Amino acid sequence: MEKHKIIELKGICKSYGGEKVLSDISLDIYDNEFVTMLGPSGCGKTTTLRIIAGFEHPDKGSVYFDGKDITALPPYQRHVNTVFQKYALFPHLNVYENIAFGLRVAKRPEEEIREQVKEMLRLVNLSSFEKRHVTTLSGGQQQRVAIARALINKPRVLLLDEPLGALDLKLRKDMQQELKNIRKQTGITFIYVTHDQEEALSLSDRVIVMNAGEIQQVGAPIDIYNEPVNAYVADFIGESNILDGVMLEDYKVRLAGHTFDCVDKGFEANEPVDVVIRPEDVDVVAPEKGMLTGLVTQVTFMGVHYEIIVEIDHFKWMIQTTDYVAPDSRIGIYIEPDAFHVMKKSEYSDLFGDYSSYSFEHELLSENVDEEALEE
Amino acid sequence: MKNRRTGNLAAAPHVVWSILFIIAPLLFVLYYTLTDPEGGFTLENISRLFTGNYVLIFLNSLCLALIATVICLALAYPLAYLIASMKQRRQKIVILLIMLPLWMNFLITTYSWMTLLEDTGVINTLLAKIGLDPVHMINTPGAVICGMVFCFFPYMVLPIYSVMAGIDPKLVEAAKDLGCSDAQVMTRVIMPLSLSGVISGITMVFVPSVSTFYISQKLGGGSFQLIGDTIESYFTGTAINFHFGAALSLVLMVLILLSMAVMNRFTDEETAMERRPML
Ligand SMILES: Nc1ncnc2c1ncn2[C@@H]1O[C@H](COP(=O)(O)OP(=O)(O)O)[C@@H](O)[C@H]1O
Ligand SMILES: [Mg+2]
Repeated sequence: MEKHKIIELKGICKSYGGEKVLSDISLDIYDNEFVTMLGPSGCGKTTTLRIIAGFEHPDKGSVYFDGKDITALPPYQRHVNTVFQKYALFPHLNVYENIAFGLRVAKRPEEEIREQVKEMLRLVNLSSFEKRHVTTLSGGQQQRVAIARALINKPRVLLLDEPLGALDLKLRKDMQQELKNIRKQTGITFIYVTHDQEEALSLSDRVIVMNAGEIQQVGAPIDIYNEPVNAYVADFIGESNILDGVMLEDYKVRLAGHTFDCVDKGFEANEPVDVVIRPEDVDVVAPEKGMLTGLVTQVTFMGVHYEIIVEIDHFKWMIQTTDYVAPDSRIGIYIEPDAFHVMKKSEYSDLFGDYSSYSFEHELLSENVDEEALEE
Repeated sequence: MKNRRTGNLAAAPHVVWSILFIIAPLLFVLYYTLTDPEGGFTLENISRLFTGNYVLIFLNSLCLALIATVICLALAYPLAYLIASMKQRRQKIVILLIMLPLWMNFLITTYSWMTLLEDTGVINTLLAKIGLDPVHMINTPGAVICGMVFCFFPYMVLPIYSVMAGIDPKLVEAAKDLGCSDAQVMTRVIMPLSLSGVISGITMVFVPSVSTFYISQKLGGGSFQLIGDTIESYFTGTAINFHFGAALSLVLMVLILLSMAVMNRFTDEETAMERRPML
C-alpha cells in the first residue's frame, strides 16, 4: 500500500539573531504513524514543531500539508494541534471547558460538544473530573487534559513537545503506554519530541535523530540502533564502543591490531572507517580462546547483567555480560561477524572516545560525594 | 499554636493602626450623623438628605464619575495590552512614563488643566492664532470629566497592565492552536484572564472620581456642585455643619462600598472557581 505523505518539510532554515538553529531540514511524515524527533536539548526540535504548527516562520524552505504549501498559513487554519511542553491549560476554565475550547471556538452545537467532551474524558481516563478546576490537578492529569483538548478537534496530526518530561518515571511509563493506545484508537499521526532515547525507541514507528539543527538519521528504531549512520547516532542511541578501523576489503575489517570477518561491504580498499560494537554483542571467553584479550578495570552490577570496562590495546571497551568477572582479571573476547557495524568517517568521528571517561565520571562523582561528606 | 501567637503579635501594629485611623474615624462619622449640635440623638441629618437638591447632586456625581471611569477603561485597556506585548525593557520605560503624573501633586495637574482649558487659555489662544472661534471649555462637566480622566488614568492602566503582563504567552499560542483568530484570542483568553485587573482599575478610578471636590471646583468653577464639594462646604465653608456633612459622607461611603461589592462579585466568582477544593 502506498503511504500517504501528510506533512513535508522542504529545505527549512531558521536563525535567531544570526544564530543558525535549523539548517536545511527536509522531512516526510506519513499518515497514521508515530514519528519521534530525538536529539539533545537545544538541537532545534521545538523550533521544528513550532514551524509545523505555524508559530514560527522558516527563513527559507516550505511546509506542505497534504501536498499543499501551508508555509504562510496562521496556526488556526492548520489541521494540526499541539500538546505543549508545560501543558498551557487555560486557568480560567475547568476541565470540561478546557477540553471543549476548540469546539466552542468552532461554534459547534452544545449537544455535540457535550458528547465529544465525554468521549475525550473517557479516552484519557478522566471521566469523573469534568467539573474540576485545572489548577487542582496533578501533573499527569493536566497532561491528559492537554491531550484531550488537542484531540477533540480531530486534527490530522498531533504535535507533542516533550509531553512527559515533567512526570516521574513510573507515571511516564504508564503514559507512554496510554499514548500508544490513544494513537491506535484515533489513527492520528503523532509527531513526538523527546531527548530521551529509550522513550523514542520504545514508542515510535520511525525516529528522526537530530543534532545541532541537522537531521542525522531517519529510520525505524531497530534500524537506527543496529545501523547508525555515524558515530554521533551510535553514541547517542544506546551504549556503543566506537573504534577506528580500516576496511581492508569487502567483509574484512581491521581494528585493535586484529583482522575480523564482518558482514559489511561496499567500501574502498583500505578505507578508514568507524566501527561500532554494542556492549551486549561482545562475548566474554577465556583469554586463550579470545580474538582479543584485555584487562578488566571496572565491574558494575546492573541487575540483569554486569557492565564491565575492559582495556584492550589502550582502548577501554564497555561489555555487558551476565556472568561475573573479577576486576583486574584478564579475559578474552569473542565477537560474531554480524556484530560489527562499519560506518563511513564523518565530522563526528574523533569526538567519541572510549569508555575511559566513563570510569572517570564515576570517580568524579564519588570525589564530589566525599567532599560533601567532609563539609558536613 | 506558638506560630499563631507570634503571628498575632506581629499583626499588632496593624491592628492598632487600623483602629486609630480607620475604625475610629468611621465611628466618629456615624456619631456625628446621628447627633445634633447639642449632642442629642436625631435622624434629622438623614431626612434632610432627601430635601433640596442633594439627591440630584449625588446622581450628578455618580454620573460624572461613571463617565470618567468608562473613558479611562476604554483608553487604558488597549494601552495596557499594547504595553504588555512590548519588549521587556520598553515595557518598563512606558510604565514609568505613565506613572510620572502620579509623582506630581494632582493639585498642580489640575491647575495646568485650568490654564489649558480657560477661555483665554492655551488651547483657545492657539485656536485664535489659526483663525478659529474660541471654544468655551472651562466650567463645564466636560472639563471636570477631562480632569478626572487625566488625574486617575494611571490607576486604571497599572492594575490591568500588571495582570496582562502575567498572562503566560503559551496560553495565547494554545488558543491559536485550537482555532482562535487574533480577535478570538482576545475575547476568549485575554479578556477573561485580565478581568481582575479591570475590576481593580475600575474601583481605583471610580472611588476617587465620585468623591473628588478639588477637580470639580477648579475645572467646574462652582457652576455646578458635586457631592465632594458639598461635603467639603459643610466642613470648611461658611455654613459649617459637621453633623450634616457627616451624613453626606456616610451616604457616599455606603454608595462606594455598595458599588465595590457589586464589582467584587465578578472577581469572587472567578477566584471561587479557581480555588474550588479537590473533590
Ligand atoms: N525565540 C527564540 N529566540 C532566540 N533563540 C531561540 C528562540 N527559540 C529557540 N532558540 C534557540 O534555538 C535553539 C534550538 O532551540 P529549540 O528548538 O527549543 O531546541 P530543543 O527543543 O531541541 O531543545 C536553542 O539554542 C535556543 O536557544
Ligand atoms: Mg524543546
